[in-house]
Amino acid sequence: MAYVAVSGGEAAIQKSLELLRNELAATSQVSIAALTAALPELIDQIMGESSLYAPHLAALALKQGGGSVEEAVFLLRAYRSTLERPYVSRTVDTKTMHVTRRISAAFKDIPGGQLLGVTRDYSHRLLDASLNDRNSDAEICAATAVEQFSDSNDADRADDGADKDGADSADEPLGNTNGGNTGGRFSCVPFANPSGALLPKVSEYLVAQGLMEAPTPDETEPCDVTMEPLQFPAPRSARLQTLARGMTQAVLSLGYAAIRGFGPAHPTVGELRSGAVELLIDHPVHSGDDEEAYYLGAIAVTEVESLFETEKDEYDGCDESPHSLELDIGYGLVFGRGESKAIAMSVLDYCLVRGGTEFPTEDEEFVLYHVDGVEATGFISHLKLPHYVTFQSKLNSVRKTQPGEERSHASAL
Amino acid sequence: MRPLYNYAYFDEGSKREIRRAILKGVAIPGYQVPFASREMPIGRGWGTGGLQITLSIIGPADTLKVIDQGHDGSVNAVSIKRLISTTTDVALTTHTSEATLIQSRHRVPEQPLNAEQVLVLQVPTPEPLRTIEARESVTRRLHGEADYTGAWLELFEQVVRYGNATTGADHPVLVGNRYVMAPSPIPRFDNHKLHQAEHLTLLGAGREKKIYAVPPHTSVVSLDFEDYPFAVETFEGIVCRACGATGVYFDELVDPATGATYHQCNDTDYCLSRQSVLTREEVQA
Repeated sequence: MAYVAVSGGEAAIQKSLELLRNELAATSQVSIAALTAALPELIDQIMGESSLYAPHLAALALKQGGGSVEEAVFLLRAYRSTLERPYVSRTVDTKTMHVTRRISAAFKDIPGGQLLGVTRDYSHRLLDASLNDRNSDAEICAATAVEQFSDSNDADRADDGADKDGADSADEPLGNTNGGNTGGRFSCVPFANPSGALLPKVSEYLVAQGLMEAPTPDETEPCDVTMEPLQFPAPRSARLQTLARGMTQAVLSLGYAAIRGFGPAHPTVGELRSGAVELLIDHPVHSGDDEEAYYLGAIAVTEVESLFETEKDEYDGCDESPHSLELDIGYGLVFGRGESKAIAMSVLDYCLVRGGTEFPTEDEEFVLYHVDGVEATGFISHLKLPHYVTFQSKLNSVRKTQPGEERSHASAL
Repeated sequence: MRPLYNYAYFDEGSKREIRRAILKGVAIPGYQVPFASREMPIGRGWGTGGLQITLSIIGPADTLKVIDQGHDGSVNAVSIKRLISTTTDVALTTHTSEATLIQSRHRVPEQPLNAEQVLVLQVPTPEPLRTIEARESVTRRLHGEADYTGAWLELFEQVVRYGNATTGADHPVLVGNRYVMAPSPIPRFDNHKLHQAEHLTLLGAGREKKIYAVPPHTSVVSLDFEDYPFAVETFEGIVCRACGATGVYFDELVDPATGATYHQCNDTDYCLSRQSVLTREEVQA
């Protein structure tokens, strides 16, 4: 009989997949809609790390992956890479965001005002035993509030959405992939701010005060890191995309290291705003302005502009002191409400723009190569693969160097 | 029903883009061509580079063989083969001689390949200079200037410290007398099989987003010193317990009954073919 050591891979894989299916059978009790509604922040995280805004698909991936974020992101990314990209949206101006939360750690009173909105920041982390019951008072309260909130949004929508092309399909902003739109969080419908006015950026105030140079608009076409390899030095668009789709905890951890001591600076959060931004696409033939563009839907995002003090580059010869300080901005933007990640991203953005060799958080290869979840888990988990051949080769080399070993190879490599 | 995925998983545009990178790699032997590595349905680090090459060059007329650690039945080889055959329906084989396309991890088959065959190697770490320089921007410059001092120094330090070079698999090679290349972690034993070969070897690193190639009839020389010549793994006096072969790369195994160490050919197709010949001879005798 022919004999091969350690064989039977095919049968073992089949059985292993069956076991996996049995384990996941329990999740059949949970509907995608229930997952989307119950775990919005997890869905946001998965969509963000996957670079794919599709709550329904994210929930599906979460279910299929048994709740593992790395698995869900992996599934969604692999699916995303097979999708065509027929359109590119018009540039999104976050000044037009429908803001549901907006805070500044820099100024008490910001033009347009602070809006605390939904946050867990001031909740006490005491386990709430009432959530044990399915229909507890707290849940009923929350459900009622959500209903009321969506009703009032519906009213707003009727007022504001009427003159927009495609407003009739606003309930399904991203087509059928957004089946689990959760009314209470961010209402993804087009309407102006409740106050009727656009909220100005805190950074604009600083520019007006002469504390910061007005940022020069960069009209370079952004690159797409999913369509071309990272090359260094990486353009800022590549850096921001890589950070935005980076593992939430990895971005957080490196951002923390940067402000704790392994980085250049401690920031002040100039402005953090959360809300919905509209996505518009131009008509393929006659592109025009926002008014003529097609409305695709709205996505929930959190944007952070952090302020750092930095030495002015050039001495203009006029000031009395040769060195002066000014403020600079680090930028973060993530899907949904990942506020910590958005702040950490703004810190790392600043570190990378600044560059330098003192800290690893300023080294773009160190930061950008290692925050990607699919790559990190892929390479770490590949260590589980058989390495019989390479290990045999390593053994051979180790044995050659051992004292007891014949030195007959000593003159050979 | 419309199939969910295109033939060979990728859309044709992606395939063309990857083939362009392959052509560039063939045109500049040993040079690492950056390419837009796609996210694949298998893990990054689990052969996505090789898989992307295979999927972008495979066609209905191909016969595919996939091996991992020299073994057609190894778990990951089976998994990759299943994915390719699900999306292409190509003929599969375990016989090296029947395959037109061989995707492999860590081994070059024992049986020499011919001009009609393409070998695709999966590469975890394509940069031979990575151990001496962590930054990609720097290693690209070093390759540009053919500055391979670091690679030589690394070998030299091993000789000084241990009396001889202690590289395991992935011993660096000089390709076409120009680029130092990581031959993917094939054992030193396999390095010479790439030298002036009849077949085309394509190497793909998915996570590191690089494709490179060794065209047929290209010089591939393992780095060494005159007084410390390159040496492959030694299996002196070792005979395959299953087929009696010598002079091949061996797996070291332990007999669970006796606790004794024994050896068997690492290339399972090679071993099984020899076993069936032996059986036939026995039957005829």
